[in-house]
Amino acid sequence: MSDTGESSVRARCVGDAAIIYASDYLNKLSGERIERECKRQLESGHRTLIINFRDTEIVNSIGVSILVGVIDAAEKSTARLIFSDVNNHTAELFQMLGLTRHVSLVSSEDEALSLASEAQP
Amino acid sequence: MDTNTQRLLHTFSALADLGQEIAAAGDFDEMLRTSFHLLLGSLAIRRGAVGEYERDLGALRFVATRGLGESPAGPLALSTDHARRLSSLGSSISLADAGKEAERFLEDHKDAFASVEIDLVLPLVVREELIGLVLLGEKATGEKFTDEDLEVLSALSRHIGVGIRSHRLLEEVGHKAAENLRLYEGLRAIYKETVRAFAAAIDIKDRYTQGHSVRVGKYSEIIAREMGWADEEVEGITIAGYLHDIGKLIVDLSVINSPDRFNAKEQKEMNRHPFAGYEILSPISHPYADIPLMARYHHERMDGNGYPDGLKGDQIPPGAKIVTLADSFDAMTTDRPYRKKLPLEDVLVDFRANTGTQFDPEVVCAFCRAFLKEIDGSKERRLLNLINRNYSNVESVTPLLNKLLSEFGDGAIAASANN
Repeated sequence: MSDTGESSVRARCVGDAAIIYASDYLNKLSGERIERECKRQLESGHRTLIINFRDTEIVNSIGVSILVGVIDAAEKSTARLIFSDVNNHTAELFQMLGLTRHVSLVSSEDEALSLASEAQP
Repeated sequence: MDTNTQRLLHTFSALADLGQEIAAAGDFDEMLRTSFHLLLGSLAIRRGAVGEYERDLGALRFVATRGLGESPAGPLALSTDHARRLSSLGSSISLADAGKEAERFLEDHKDAFASVEIDLVLPLVVREELIGLVLLGEKATGEKFTDEDLEVLSALSRHIGVGIRSHRLLEEVGHKAAENLRLYEGLRAIYKETVRAFAAAIDIKDRYTQGHSVRVGKYSEIIAREMGWADEEVEGITIAGYLHDIGKLIVDLSVINSPDRFNAKEQKEMNRHPFAGYEILSPISHPYADIPLMARYHHERMDGNGYPDGLKGDQIPPGAKIVTLADSFDAMTTDRPYRKKLPLEDVLVDFRANTGTQFDPEVVCAFCRAFLKEIDGSKERRLLNLINRNYSNVESVTPLLNKLLSEFGDGAIAASANN
């Protein structure tokens, strides 16, 4: 387990998985930071990205658009993307907008890590 | 919460965010990129682009793209016919037409969009003018776009179109203002040159005072600047100096060029020139204030014994007080038919004797300060260059200048007082 030390966005690595922690309001500023961090983790070879939404209350349209960009980037890198600890309201939003077709939604970080390890050869 | 309500809320929040983004001042391209993100995020659309139509170039310049990789690499040509057709479809384009336009667009620009799918093309039209295009790919749901989706996208697109148009209008206003400013500066330069030429023409009439008006303009400028006047006001007083003797044009040549001191009749004739100057200058629209008044009052005195109106003290406009001193200084430092130029020391003694009665103490002090600053090198030598034509060793008057400052102002300039 290691802390990547990226400013403003907390992230840590567990094996092949990188866990990125979203802030309380996923808007343009915080969304772009998450997007940058996700791309950085993909470039450094991680093949599972877990975005932890435990602190996130609201995701606005820009946040959604940025997450769609992260989905694209993960797909291009053939990496797996998992969203954990998403509150009910946001989970319904992701469901309605079709993000859940491309992302696994799990209730906890442990579950996400377990899912990530299952996927590994 | 049911899905429809949630969708409505999400769309509503996107619209609110978009309005805020467009209204906020800042970088235009960044505003467009953010607005485009909002539009994509409203329906979780996976790819798309927003392009601004530049009519003069007949091209679409892309300002934001998402999920299109490297395409498009640069602006895309958009024919006038194509633009006209898109414009006629307007913001209320149907789903079927938006789909057809997407097919046509990809067909026309195969090279730019190799292996990229675009499902909809939405024209951004404001007041029947094509402002730009929004190209949209698939939704994250994988479902086809619905009429309801189109309504949401059209509403958001309209905001973006209005944002682009407002920005263009602002830019146009800015360009026009800059162009007008250039024209104004040009006209002002022509005006100044014309006035200067005119000043030379005035002085030619009087063979003893050639260059007098231009020098009075320059002295007035130096004094006004020392008094802290704004640039615009300094320009005005310079012009007033150039034109202060324009009334001499109506004075009989034999009087002006008389080799002797004027007799009473000649003096009366000569004393007409300030008011005559005022009458000549009044009908002209000058870009600076009070130029006719400065010509009219440049022979007034602080004690009220001047002419033509016998004004005293604060009744005399400040500009006229400056021109009065500049005029007297040049008169005393140049040869006249009835006397040679005075030594600089005598000029300053005259100033001392007449400050408060003829000259305004504030103006005299400003003149002395400017003079001293040029002597001690803290200011560009402009006054000295004008005086040096006729005098050597002007530094010798430093004590007299300081004395005037001590008597009529806040005190001598310390650095120069030691000279």
